Amino acid sequence: MTKNAIEAKGLTKAYGDFTAVDSVSLSVEAGTIFGLLGPNGAGKTTLISMLVTMRRPTSGTALVNGFDISKQADSVRKSIGIVFQDPSLDDELTARENLEIHASMYGISKDIRDERIAELMGIVELGDRLNVVVKKFSGGMKRRLEIARGLLHHPKVLFLDEPTLGLDPQTRASIWEYIKKLNKSESITIILTTHYMDEADKVCDKLAIIDHGKIITVDAPESLKNKLGGDVISLKCSDGDPRVSRLLGLGWVKSAVKHNGYIDVRVEKGEEKIPALMRFMEKEGITVESVSLRKPSLDDVFLHYTGRTIREGEADPRAGMRLRRKAWGGR
Amino acid sequence: MNREIEGIYALWKRELIRFFRSKSRLIGSLGMPFFFLAILGTGLNSTIAVPIEGGYLQFIAPGIIGMVLMFASMFSGIIVIMDRQFGFLKETLVAPISRLSVVLGKGLGGATTAVIQGIIIMIIAILLGAQVQLVNILLLLVFMFMISMMFVSLGIAIASTMTDMHGFQLIMNFLIMPMFFLSGALFPLSSAPDFLRTASLFDPLTYGVAGLRYLILGSSGIDFGVSFLAISSLTVLFMLFAIRQFNRIEE
Repeated sequence: MTKNAIEAKGLTKAYGDFTAVDSVSLSVEAGTIFGLLGPNGAGKTTLISMLVTMRRPTSGTALVNGFDISKQADSVRKSIGIVFQDPSLDDELTARENLEIHASMYGISKDIRDERIAELMGIVELGDRLNVVVKKFSGGMKRRLEIARGLLHHPKVLFLDEPTLGLDPQTRASIWEYIKKLNKSESITIILTTHYMDEADKVCDKLAIIDHGKIITVDAPESLKNKLGGDVISLKCSDGDPRVSRLLGLGWVKSAVKHNGYIDVRVEKGEEKIPALMRFMEKEGITVESVSLRKPSLDDVFLHYTGRTIREGEADPRAGMRLRRKAWGGR
Repeated sequence: MNREIEGIYALWKRELIRFFRSKSRLIGSLGMPFFFLAILGTGLNSTIAVPIEGGYLQFIAPGIIGMVLMFASMFSGIIVIMDRQFGFLKETLVAPISRLSVVLGKGLGGATTAVIQGIIIMIIAILLGAQVQLVNILLLLVFMFMISMMFVSLGIAIASTMTDMHGFQLIMNFLIMPMFFLSGALFPLSSAPDFLRTASLFDPLTYGVAGLRYLILGSSGIDFGVSFLAISSLTVLFMLFAIRQFNRIEE
């Protein structure tokens, strides 16, 4: 038996001449919380839908819990739980009815069904809402119910696609708490996608940065940040268009990236470099409006690997295309 | 195997729960057939000559039951689009049961609720004064169920290729209504012009209405054997079509 919960090799999904997921190879160790980080349209959801056997890969394959997603879809399905990006409850039914349908489809025997349902509804703190029609639930409660449903059949791997999208900060925090708790107490491997950097940083043991359907790098959030090293000096310039390459000529500048009217300069010992940097900008004839100094965050990691911030990524034309495709239901 | 049957049962039950929970939907869907019977049926009772005893109300009663079966089951098939839009479809598509079971659960559930509505309308027709001579109640129920299964399947097949409700009006106006009008539910096909009569032979509901008329009133323009054969083979055919189309859904 493999120790890895996920083992993907050259997983590819193409829609015509658009490649949503481009030859992704990936291993996820069992028992970890693994995050897929990327802007909308990066291919996270498509990657997950292939892993959960909802879409067939154009080429390549993957093992989930040791089962082949193409040849043993049924075994894969029995061993995983999924919480989709969009709600997938029947909101005319009660919480209990939704869970019962799930239990039937996953072959959970009747004698342990009620016990399981009660137990999970307790975990997601919805114990008193069992017989309430889902329509009357708030967004956060629906999410929690979906997480309970995803866990009902005791999966080894739980997929969470943007589990906190569109929720208020308080609910988001409590959902992440459940996820961490579950990972520890039930030793479930958790694969999640998100584009909230801070959440990914706090929750995930390992992160894969994905952009344009490709995995760019995989590591622990701390290592990703440490790899960047040094400090980030962020400059806001009001006039002129400083050429980033000139900054690199300074020798002690490790990298400089322009985005949204800011220039992020990575240096060692940032506090000592600010005066020199200011003198340089003055010489170039550029007015600096503001300066800030920080340790690299995941945003900087993302910027470093993709050349843009995750928000800029959303304005990407390809992301728009994906949304349009979705709207038209195209394949 | 056990899991498949449990899954079918769960999805069947879901349809019934939804059906009984939404009283307004039930009243809404029974409104039109009720007015057909109560107003059209009684209003034209003495004006229109029909080739059976008992007058116009009696004549259209089986036709209106056929209409209810078709409308209700087509609608519960097409509602798959809503399941798709509101996400529940995904939950069933990633479950470890086959798509065949999903279609069967949905189909049997939709057909059951359609038959319940058909029975309600039959009772209303009797209360309004239609005199029925039930040839064989069990056979009537089986036949009603087959008609419903046929149309739920057609609905599911159509819904599988659509992603939103925009096309629904199109189907309503260019498929459901013509099928209803051509079926001989409202007028005897024997006195209709040739081209209408020919066209009606291609309408599945024609055989449904003819069969119902035989089973409810004891006589019909089309031999019951023919109706039964047509409906049973079309039911199988449409079910296969639904399964094929549903299997093609990628998301």
